[in-house]
Amino acid sequence: MGLNTIEERLRMSFPDAEITLRDLTGTEDHVEAHIISVLFRGKSPVEQHRMVYKALDELMKGPIHALALHTSIPE
Amino acid sequence: MRDVQAEIKETVTNNSVILFMKGSPAFPQCGFSAQIAYILSELNVEYVGVDVLSDPEVRQGIKEFSAWPTIPQLYVKGEFIGGCDITKDLFESGELLTKMVASGVVAKDA
Repeated sequence: MGLNTIEERLRMSFPDAEITLRDLTGTEDHVEAHIISVLFRGKSPVEQHRMVYKALDELMKGPIHALALHTSIPE
Repeated sequence: MRDVQAEIKETVTNNSVILFMKGSPAFPQCGFSAQIAYILSELNVEYVGVDVLSDPEVRQGIKEFSAWPTIPQLYVKGEFIGGCDITKDLFESGELLTKMVASGVVAKDA
């Protein structure tokens, strides 16, 4: 698994999104993600993060050890 | 047989502010848990820390409880507030203090 896998997975669920991923440790398993998508409109922060976790699904259960997550809606 | 979901529900209901975390409030064993512990101490909030590392069933169960795959998880008056990033955002915007005051878990002049 690498950042590409994460980005592809996010892209499937958030086709419009501006996605910025950062490898925090050089090991590609501690990742910071900034995701800007219209799909977050009308959702609470908790719901927005749940959407991302759902998109990443099994990647959250091992391959990604830590995810710093920032979601927002385009201006 | 142990009913972890019922246990978690009871714990969340019976404690005004509860943090499911890795490690303890005094000795967090994960940076994300440490950040929320720091925020709660900044807000002068009394809370209960549940160390999921000491209980694998709770560690798994809490993820199902809130359909949230990561730890830490913060609850106030039974309501799931979020993980580290959301809690940090709410703290920085002042909303977390407002919520704590409204929930009666911190004095206004704290």
